Amino acid sequence: MAITRDDVLHVATLARLEIPEDEVETVRDQLGAILEAVGKVSELDLADVEPMTHPLDLVNQWAEDEPRPSLPEEEALVNAPDPSDGAFRVPAVGG
Amino acid sequence: MAPQTAERGGAVIDTLRLTAEEAAGLLERGEVSGDELAGAYLEAIETRDPEVHAYLHVAGERGDGVPIAHKDVITTKGIPTTAGSKILVGYTPVFDSTVAARCKAAGLPILGKTNLDEFAMGSSTENSAFGPTRNPWDPERVPGGSSGGSAAAVAAGLAPWALGTDTGGSVKQPASLCGVVGLRPTYGTVSRYGIVAFASSLDQVGPLTKTVRDNARLYALIAGKDPCDSTTVELPEPVAIPAGEDLKGLRIGVPREMNEAEGIDADVRESVNAAIRLAGELGAEVEEASLPRSVDYGLACYYLVAPAEASSNLARYDGVRYGFRAEVDGDLTELYSRTRWEGFGAEPKRRILLGTYALSAGYYEAYYGQAQKVRTVIAQEHAAAFERFDLLVSPTSPTVAFRIGEKAENPLAMYLSDLLTIPSNMAGLPGLSIPCGLSDGLPVGLQLIGPQFSENTLFRAGHALERALAFDYVPERLR
Repeated sequence: MAITRDDVLHVATLARLEIPEDEVETVRDQLGAILEAVGKVSELDLADVEPMTHPLDLVNQWAEDEPRPSLPEEEALVNAPDPSDGAFRVPAVGG
Repeated sequence: MAPQTAERGGAVIDTLRLTAEEAAGLLERGEVSGDELAGAYLEAIETRDPEVHAYLHVAGERGDGVPIAHKDVITTKGIPTTAGSKILVGYTPVFDSTVAARCKAAGLPILGKTNLDEFAMGSSTENSAFGPTRNPWDPERVPGGSSGGSAAAVAAGLAPWALGTDTGGSVKQPASLCGVVGLRPTYGTVSRYGIVAFASSLDQVGPLTKTVRDNARLYALIAGKDPCDSTTVELPEPVAIPAGEDLKGLRIGVPREMNEAEGIDADVRESVNAAIRLAGELGAEVEEASLPRSVDYGLACYYLVAPAEASSNLARYDGVRYGFRAEVDGDLTELYSRTRWEGFGAEPKRRILLGTYALSAGYYEAYYGQAQKVRTVIAQEHAAAFERFDLLVSPTSPTVAFRIGEKAENPLAMYLSDLLTIPSNMAGLPGLSIPCGLSDGLPVGLQLIGPQFSENTLFRAGHALERALAFDYVPERLR
């Protein structure tokens, strides 16, 4: 299953990664080589095997319902690139 | 280079040789103060770290306990945490990870934060945005990865012990390449709260130390259920610091596929075989075992599951709440896409794209879904092996430390470095790497794998073998 240029651009959009035009082919080559290697998993017939999502058989891990203090506003914003009036400022959406 | 020693209050602190346990003894008996002890390591860092580059940030804390170094994915309040990535430059956490908090509560001052492959993705520490770490045994070679900074710091006497994280082998493999002891604990025994997430069903924090006893001490300190991480469990039994020197009654399996796999260096195989023979002499019953599909399909399975989880976990880096933000004139989507392309290095971007593809409509069943089923097969094969055996053994890494740059341009060749550490990780099992000899002057690691929660057995076997092997963990060029 070779990965096409359109596949690469579609996946990049989903992943919010803007690949510069002159790097698209390199990315395609590398992904293609890796996909060919990992495609090995399809050699096995595993129709009757349950997928494993997690190494431990844990069900419903409930936490005690005990309120704890949350981060003060100024601490929550201290690492923000552009904090403003107690909020994270961003450019217009769909501008 | 002469060993760095410092004379303090009558006691000589040779940071290259001193174990964490010995350091604790010096403190308990009042032969050195916490300040003097941390000071000796900070001096060693000043002298040797310009060459090794194990540290991204020297914190230089002082305190009453045995100082420690944390891999830079371990969130430390007030101390920069970068995950080796440009996208987290300037980020200073406002909270402590649970493991950092437990070390702090035990009085362990932080020497600093250690270098790693960006977001723990890699096997050589060359993927760090801040330059590679060098192997203390040969500065032209890699220390392994992704916890290469922590392994190199311990090997070069720049920390008595350190914490790393292991997803596909990122504690075990650098331990092997640097000649130190590394534990990847049973999944769920150590909290991931405050650990920069890579692949959440695989990530585990583990100790890197000079000796197995040090490793057990540090594991005892960090392990146990944490209300902040619902995937953690209580240990079924307390950690036992190993003391015995025989392996009587222990059934050791030698999986054929993991000891004869293509790509294992002849010298590595010979060194591991010698250690396996020694295990027999110490009283273990050694027999051949088999994990046919785990080794054949483990790597492919891992490089679907881990990138899929990474693509989700790394969605949080968007240039809005913390870290790097690209200069953009456009809208919010462009801010995200440019920030992420410019902020992430090549390997995280590769894995995000790969994982997104494996999870996308039309490909999910064939790639991610199938990989999850292979994971079941791997877990079942290991469970079957542990009906007959207490432990399985193999080389940790197929090769000794390779040259810086040797595999940097070939992601698939780099991925093969984790061929032997990945299968048991997929199954959620603990593994211990101990040094078992030298090949061309470079350390070889022996991997011991056990069933879930078998850390005490791993420590017992690791300690007995360590005593019998008498490997000198001080790099030859630094003695």
